[in-house]
Amino acid sequence: MTESAQSTSQIASVDREQWVHLYEQMLKIRVFETQANQLYLSAKMPGLTHLYSGEEAIAAGVCEALRIDDYITSTHRGHGHCLAKGARLDLMFAELLGKEAGYCRGKGGSMHIADQDTGNLGANAIVGGSAGIATGAAMSAKMRGTDQVAVCFFGEGALGQGLLYEVMNMASLWKFPVIYVCENNLYNEYTHYTETTAGTLVDRAHAFGMETAEVNGQDVREVYVTAMRLVERARAGEGPAFLVCNTYRFFGHHVGDINREYYRSKEEEELWKTERDPLTLLAEWMQAEGITDTAVLDQIEVNVKAEAEAAVEFALNAPYPSLDEVDRHVYA
Amino acid sequence: MSTPNGTPREISWAQAINEALTEEMRRDERIFIIGEDIAEAGTPFKVLSGLVDEFGTERVIDSPISEPGITGIVVGAAMTGMRPVVDIMFGDFITLTMDQMVNQAAKTHYMSGGKLKVPMVMRTTLGATRRSAAQHSQSLHAWFSHVPGLKVVVPSNPYDAKGLLKTAIRDDNPVAFFEDKMLFQAKGNVPEGEYTIPFGVANILREGSDVTLVATSSMVQVAEQAAMMLEEIGLSAEVIDPRTMFPLDKATLIESARKTSRAIIIDEGYERYGVTAELAAVIADGAFYYLDAPVKRMGAMDVPIPFSPVLEDLTVPTPQTVLEAAKTLCGRV
Repeated sequence: MTESAQSTSQIASVDREQWVHLYEQMLKIRVFETQANQLYLSAKMPGLTHLYSGEEAIAAGVCEALRIDDYITSTHRGHGHCLAKGARLDLMFAELLGKEAGYCRGKGGSMHIADQDTGNLGANAIVGGSAGIATGAAMSAKMRGTDQVAVCFFGEGALGQGLLYEVMNMASLWKFPVIYVCENNLYNEYTHYTETTAGTLVDRAHAFGMETAEVNGQDVREVYVTAMRLVERARAGEGPAFLVCNTYRFFGHHVGDINREYYRSKEEEELWKTERDPLTLLAEWMQAEGITDTAVLDQIEVNVKAEAEAAVEFALNAPYPSLDEVDRHVYA
Repeated sequence: MSTPNGTPREISWAQAINEALTEEMRRDERIFIIGEDIAEAGTPFKVLSGLVDEFGTERVIDSPISEPGITGIVVGAAMTGMRPVVDIMFGDFITLTMDQMVNQAAKTHYMSGGKLKVPMVMRTTLGATRRSAAQHSQSLHAWFSHVPGLKVVVPSNPYDAKGLLKTAIRDDNPVAFFEDKMLFQAKGNVPEGEYTIPFGVANILREGSDVTLVATSSMVQVAEQAAMMLEEIGLSAEVIDPRTMFPLDKATLIESARKTSRAIIIDEGYERYGVTAELAAVIADGAFYYLDAPVKRMGAMDVPIPFSPVLEDLTVPTPQTVLEAAKTLCGRV
């Protein structure tokens, strides 16, 4: 059976409420990123941030297949992963603003959000830098005899890093319960991936004898059911997997990357936003299937926006760390 | 500091390390060790021989030749409840692990606001004069000593090696543990029984009044030999081994330099921008008004380590060169 045929039968078996929940998860990420962008544009946020808008189906779909005690590692474009794994909006915004109430007491910032209570071992600002950590977490789960699974999120840019291949080799050799989720948003920062990447993406994993799948990363249904399958087999001790999700980032590499026509056209961006928006795709399908209606979706939007606005307000009003925090937590 | 209660006996450095790991692995089942050729081979230096027989290949793990990869997975395992040791066969190969140690292991606790911990140990080597040429002879402990978040241990004898390794394994932070590969077969007094040595406590090996010799790792025996030679010409040298680069026992170094008014720092890392520069600055800062001479630094010569024995031997401090430096510092030229 092909991946899509398999997916179709599995999609039908998913509880309807779960799709509504996934919509809410994706919307939460979208609204969070919109607010983050506003905080940057209004000069209320220090530094830069990398927005996940457009890629929500991947974080939401994969994390929906995980338990709270499963692990993830994330990337510089990591807000979506953290939120999908269960992070709170207010503590996330507080971290983005460098406030003590933030997930990392304001010491990590946008690119380093970690939350052990939800299994988030941290976003990582070294491209591919968390591949070892995720693989080690999976190794640890196996050694401790738990059935936890680890997911390593990374962009296609990380395929240029040697570390990834070293740990994929060991994960496959020793059957670690780890899923490598490659978010191919087509651009390594400002360079199209075809200019940097030889061969095909999944063939890299085939070389290690690893289970692979490739999905439309804009379709949360396909992401979710595929992630479920890969997570289940990893949990059952059947080894790691490599999941390619084809996607697109709606904004630039970071919030300051405004004039970007030299590397991608406005027409291309418009095509993805109008025809391949993961929220629109799911909403339209749910309505066509009679899973939900406009009133329910509108109410979800009202609720999520209200929660996000309150979270931003909380973060703006929260105090900065006291100055004696600067040399605390260097050592445990 | 817990103290040994067993009877005195002499064992080699390799046996001391082996014992430390064996005792710790019996004590705590979260500890495992991973590295290249460490299980049945027991490392090329045979330091870990027999460990796999007791603990099996699930806890004494032969890895692919992937230094960044094994360091990375050890970081992840440490973050999630294990207490791993990663074996990097030669200190020169730590360059391959830099991102995992410097950007991941060292920063995780701080970046997470104190939530995540990385209780791991990296065992590796330093030291030249083994005729191993430029890529198997360097002493790169200064590299990790530069990075906040890491602790760095440089034992100089079997007794310290055992006690410090046990402390390293029990520490909740990433610790880099550098062993002089020339000392693996050296014997020393290591009493039977449990003991640990705390980090950040220098060891005064010999008391003196004319010059302080601060020496690390492989250079401690060089300093001790130089001290004996100095004694023969009527100069009294104090020999101090800091034992850990970080945390650093600044107070003991400063106190000694204030007492003797002269100090030489001897370390096998490259001299420029190295351990000798840092320790000399600590002493200059803390003992300036007590010093009768500038603090002298003696590191490895700033060249890639050459293969030819006649050239290699020129690159590291020796008892003779330390003696000459001390005589000059004390006005005995």
